[in-house]
Amino acid sequence: MQHVIAVQVENKPGVLARISSMFARRGFNIHSLAVGPTADPSLSRMTVVIDGPEMEQIIKQLYKLVHTVKVTELSPNEAIEREIMLVRIAADPKKRGEMLDAASIFEARAVDVGANTLTFEVSGDPKRLADFLELMRPYGIVDLAKSGRIALPRAAKSKRAEPPQLRTA
Amino acid sequence: MSPRLSGAHALIKALEHEGVEVVFGVPGGAILPAYDPMLDSPIRHVLARHEQGAGHMASGYAHATGRVGVTVATSGPGATNLITPLADAYMDSIPVVAITGQVATSAIGNDAFQEAHTWGISMPCTKHNYLITDASEIPDVVREAFHLAATGRPGPVLIDIPKDILNAEMEWHSAGEMNLPGYKPSVKGHPKQVKAAIELIMESERPILYAGGGIIRAEAADELRTFAELGNLPTVTTLMGRGAIPDSHELSLGMPGMHGNYTAITSMQKADLLVTVGARFDDRVTGDPSAFAPLAKVIHVDVDPAEIGKVRNPEVPIVGDAKAVLGQLITAMRKRLGDNPAPARQPWMDTLRGWQESHPLHFDQDPEGPILQQFVISELHRLTEGDAIVVAGVGQHQMWVSQFWGFERPKTWINSGGLGTMGYAVPAAVGAKAGMPDELVVAIDGDGCFQMTSQELITASIEGIPVKIFVMNNHSLGMVKQWQRLFYDNRFSAIDLTEHTPDFPKLAEAMGCVGLRADHPGEVASVIEKALAVNDKPVVVEFRCDPDAMVFPMVPAGGSNDNVVLGPEDL
Repeated sequence: MQHVIAVQVENKPGVLARISSMFARRGFNIHSLAVGPTADPSLSRMTVVIDGPEMEQIIKQLYKLVHTVKVTELSPNEAIEREIMLVRIAADPKKRGEMLDAASIFEARAVDVGANTLTFEVSGDPKRLADFLELMRPYGIVDLAKSGRIALPRAAKSKRAEPPQLRTA
Repeated sequence: MSPRLSGAHALIKALEHEGVEVVFGVPGGAILPAYDPMLDSPIRHVLARHEQGAGHMASGYAHATGRVGVTVATSGPGATNLITPLADAYMDSIPVVAITGQVATSAIGNDAFQEAHTWGISMPCTKHNYLITDASEIPDVVREAFHLAATGRPGPVLIDIPKDILNAEMEWHSAGEMNLPGYKPSVKGHPKQVKAAIELIMESERPILYAGGGIIRAEAADELRTFAELGNLPTVTTLMGRGAIPDSHELSLGMPGMHGNYTAITSMQKADLLVTVGARFDDRVTGDPSAFAPLAKVIHVDVDPAEIGKVRNPEVPIVGDAKAVLGQLITAMRKRLGDNPAPARQPWMDTLRGWQESHPLHFDQDPEGPILQQFVISELHRLTEGDAIVVAGVGQHQMWVSQFWGFERPKTWINSGGLGTMGYAVPAAVGAKAGMPDELVVAIDGDGCFQMTSQELITASIEGIPVKIFVMNNHSLGMVKQWQRLFYDNRFSAIDLTEHTPDFPKLAEAMGCVGLRADHPGEVASVIEKALAVNDKPVVVEFRCDPDAMVFPMVPAGGSNDNVVLGPEDL
C-alpha cells in the first residue's frame, strides 16, 4: 500500500541527505520523493511516496530530525496529487496519427519528434499517467522519466473549516 | 564595538559561555587553531591517548555529572575514531558535544590529507550535526548544539569546523535567540492521559513500574520513588535505569531482561499493567516481543514520541519529560487517593516475595576454587559500603555488576547499555572521575575490554585522575565463550586471550599506575583494601577468575521471557 506524506523542512544544506539517510537506516522504502522550495524561502517541501503499511513510526522518526518542521499524511481523497512524465515511444511514421489521437485524449503533448520516436509530456494524477503508459506500451516504450509525485491537501469546502493558509503548507 | 576574534577563539569563548569546565580530546592538523586559545582558557583539556577514549571520557563525564560532556578531535581519523563513542552515546541518550576539525573549505571534497566526510559519517549516530561554513555562526551553533544535546531526549551533537573557518576573523557576539522551528520537545504530559493512567493503576491487581534510563537522564529518581511508594508499585529497573530506585527499597525488584533476576523477569510476564517510564522495550528486556508481558496493559511515558508504539502499543501513551510527568502522576494520584492508602494488592505482593525467596540471585565461592567475579563484586561492594560510582565494560562482568551491586542512588552506574561497547569502562571511568573528583570511581572491567582501551590509564596517571580498575581476568572473551558453550556445542572459536599475556600489574605499572593481583579467593578482600588505600594514583587490580563461569539467569536471545534459564542444568 502506498502512502503520501508532505514533509515541511528547513531549507538548509544537507536536509535531503538527513531525510534519505533516516529512511535508509530505519528500513523504510521510498517509492518516490520530490523536493522543492515553498513560498517561504526558509522552508522546503518534500512529497514522499512510501510503500508500507505503517506510517506512524515513519512520521515520528521524521519529526525526530531537528530540521523537520511539519509532517502531514495526505489521504488520496483529501489531496490533489500530480506527477509529470516524459515518455519516448517508438513511432513508426505510419502509426503516428493514431498515437497522436490517443495522446490528445490524455492531453499529452508531443514535445519532441525524432526519426523513429515521439516524446510526450503528460501530467496529472498518477492513475492517468499509468493509463497513458498502458496505452502506449504496445508501440514500444524507449525511455521514460517521472518527476515523482507532488501533492497538496484539498482546500476546505465550507467556511467553517480552517481558512486557507497563505504560506504554502 | 565587539572585539574581532578568530573562529577558534570564538569557539573556546562559546564553550566557556556554556559553562564547560573540561574537554577530552586529541589535537591534530585541522583542529590546531582551536588548541591555541585553549592555553589561555580556564577550560581544562584532558589529553586522551586515542579519540575513542576521549569520546567515552566525555560520555562518562556526562553520565556522572548530568552535564554535557565535550570531546575534541581533528579531521579524518580523529573524527572517525569518535564514531564509536558517538554511536554509544546516541544509543544510551547521553548528552555529548563533539567538536571536530575539518580540512579547509576550499579542500573539502578533494580527498585532501586527513579529510573524511565527518558530517555524513556522523549523521546516523548523532541527534544532530553541523558543518560550520562561516565563523560568525560559531556562537549560535555552539549554543544550539548544547541545547539539543541536553534537552528532550538527550544525545550527542557534532560540530565540524573547517580549518579556514577556525582561522577566519569574526565579530564576537554572544549567541542570539535559537532558531529551531522543528524542535519542540514535550515536557508536560497530557492531563487526560495522566488521569487515564491513574485509573489503570487503581484498577490494576498486578502492576509493575518499569523504570529505565530516562529516569536517570531526567533526574527523576526522587519522583520515581515517591510515585512508587504512593501507588504501592513494585519496580523493576533496566540496565540503564539501575539506581533509579534504591535496590534496598522494599518495592525494588532489580533488573529484568536477558540476564535479569527471576522475579523481575517473571513479574513483568505475569503483570496486568506495566507503568513504563523512560524505558524503550529494548530486545534485551523483552526477549521475544510477541511473548513479552502478554497479560499486561501498558502505560508508556517517554520524552521521545517515536519510542511510543515502536515495539509495543500502549493503552495509555504519555509524551513528556519523566520528571515532569511523574510530578503530574504524583499530584493526580494524591488527588485520586484522598485520605485512602493505595491498594494493598496483597496477593501480588505475596507472590513477588515468594519468587524472591525461592529464586534469589546467588553464587557459591569455593574457598579453594578459582575466584568468582560475583564474589569480587560483592566484596568490593562490602568494602566500599556501596558508596562509589561504578563503571563497567561490556560482557559477563557487566551483567554480574548489575546483578550483584546494590545501587542506592542514580548516576552511580555507568555502562554501555544500548551499543554494548567493549572497552568502555577505563575511559568512561576517567571521564566520571574528572567530573566528580570527590567520589570514589571504580571500574569493573573484563580482560577483553581492558585490552581495548587500557592506554587511557596513561591519561589517568599523567592527568592525576585516580580511578580504580578491577580487571576480572578469565583470560577469555567470556560472554562469547558462554554463547559458544550454550549454542555452538562447546566449539570455542577465537575466545582465548591467554592466561599469561599481558601481565596486568606490570602493564599497569608501566602506565604509571599501581598494579596488584589476586590469585585466590582468600586474597580478594585484602587486595581490594590495598587498592582502596591508594589515593594519589590510578590502581589496577587483576583477579584471576574462573574461565568457565557463566552468567545466569539467562533468557536465550529471541526466546520467551517465560523460559528463564536459571542455571546450566535448565538447558
